[in-house]
Amino acid sequence: MPLSRRPAAPPRLACVSDAPAVEVTGLVKSYGRTTAVAGLSFRAERGEVTAVLGPNGAGKTTTIEVCEGYRRPDGGTVRVLGLDPVGDARELRPRVGVMLQTGGVPTTARAADYLKVMARFYASPLDPAMLIDRLGLAGSARTPFRRLSGGQQQRLSLAAAIIGRPELVFLDEPTAGLDPQARRATWDLVESLRESGATVILTTHYLEEAERLADRVVIVDHGTLIAQGTPAELTGASGQVRFRAEHGLDTAGLLDALPAGSAVKESPAGQYLIDLPGGADPQIVATVTAWCAEQGVLAQNLRIESRTLEDVFLELTGRELRS
Amino acid sequence: MTEMTDAPGWPAPHPGAAPMPRRIAAQAGLELRTLVRNGEQLLLTLIIPVLLLVVFSSEALISTGKGSRIGFIAPGVLALAIMSTSFTSLAIGTAFERRYGVLKRLGATPLSRSGLIWAKAASVLVVEAGQVVVIVVISLLLGWHPVVSVTSVISVIAALIIGSAAFSGLAMLMAGTLRAEATLAAANLVYLVLLGVGGVVFPLTKFPAAARPVLLLLPSGALSDALRSVLRYGAGLPGKDLLVLAVWAVAAIALAARTFRWE
Repeated sequence: MPLSRRPAAPPRLACVSDAPAVEVTGLVKSYGRTTAVAGLSFRAERGEVTAVLGPNGAGKTTTIEVCEGYRRPDGGTVRVLGLDPVGDARELRPRVGVMLQTGGVPTTARAADYLKVMARFYASPLDPAMLIDRLGLAGSARTPFRRLSGGQQQRLSLAAAIIGRPELVFLDEPTAGLDPQARRATWDLVESLRESGATVILTTHYLEEAERLADRVVIVDHGTLIAQGTPAELTGASGQVRFRAEHGLDTAGLLDALPAGSAVKESPAGQYLIDLPGGADPQIVATVTAWCAEQGVLAQNLRIESRTLEDVFLELTGRELRS
Repeated sequence: MTEMTDAPGWPAPHPGAAPMPRRIAAQAGLELRTLVRNGEQLLLTLIIPVLLLVVFSSEALISTGKGSRIGFIAPGVLALAIMSTSFTSLAIGTAFERRYGVLKRLGATPLSRSGLIWAKAASVLVVEAGQVVVIVVISLLLGWHPVVSVTSVISVIAALIIGSAAFSGLAMLMAGTLRAEATLAAANLVYLVLLGVGGVVFPLTKFPAAARPVLLLLPSGALSDALRSVLRYGAGLPGKDLLVLAVWAVAAIALAARTFRWE
């Protein structure tokens, strides 16, 4: 038997299979004179949920649509599963699920019928009836799309995005305008997807959503990257302890007992705030309560807090996310 | 509603596309069901042609020349039915799908854009086959005696298919460039104009001699002339009409392919 002279593994394939789910490098995209994305770089790892977080008009949808192959970048490169979203679209289409921000479903199609048709595009799809049930659409299975509520329409679009069992799912504002119950159903589904090994990339302007769902958060504003990392990395180790007590305590002794770099202030009167750059720990809480006991003071509403993504966004941009 | 408390793990990713014929058949089926459920579309594709057939064959509303009225009207109504499906109905449906992001979304599925075009072509042909059966059966009941021969059957099928291609190309040209509301208005207007000057119910011989050659160069005139010359007068292959339709088909499809905007 002749020896094969082919190399064991073609290098390109090896490189493709190791590639991150999405790698965006220096992405630029303009519409006429408006620059929607101005040099954005980030990456999303496989098997993780990545949230692209930012206010309306930050360039989230444009970025996602470039990744989906709908738009060509004006500058920079985008790789999805190691492939070019436009040039390799044929190979990517079965592997990538897409939920558009709005629309996408024929207005007269009935929910269950539409999902069944979508399922037939794929080799081993999920059971449409199971998905309908899981997303709480069983009562509307025969309702035409245009007569579904906004939340039901969103959930049907979500179902269509995942019915082909894709390895990568793009969800553009999957919970915008949903009531709390429907939002929770969507969150549960995203968590199930992650547990099953799929990669999810979603855009959102809800902080709770990013904090609750995302392994990694990419904060964008004005088409540029503000910060990226895990929610813990972004909010940092720093923490705060707050309590309420009588006005005008001398806190110099407390400050001496706390780690270097800590700060104590009373603002407004009777409300004490301790900033802890290294974060709170049980020893620090004990130190605070021991000092209060020494002073004969009852610390009321004692709270230990960490920074939120909202604080991070405010700090980095000087603006509130939802303003 | 049952709560799925002990739900097993979510199925792991298992991506892959179904075979092309299955994808196209699934989408064509959806398009057909959409069409059948849509009242206005049925009015255009079936009810109006059948009404015209019945009314104009029974009453001497217009002079249709020598021979039976049904022998004149039936080929014209067949041409109208083809126009209503492959032009008006296709243009309006596609324009609104574009407006609501349906085409955009399908472009991200394994169906792909070319698969969508094939699905639309298949659903148009199935609807037209149904229309032809209904119109022929009713016409025969109304006393129609078309010329039936191998040549006439081949000629009629060729005219219907090339005519459909021409009208579909024009429909996609309109749906892919104009706003949905503009397409709705324009497609209905063109339908009415072609109904008037397309040799459907008014013989082209009633128009001024100078206008006739121009009207025969329109796809509607060419299609009705081809069907009528074969089915009513037993003429051979209507080469000139088929050529006119083929030129329209090639030009319209090429232009639509260049100008079509998917969103």
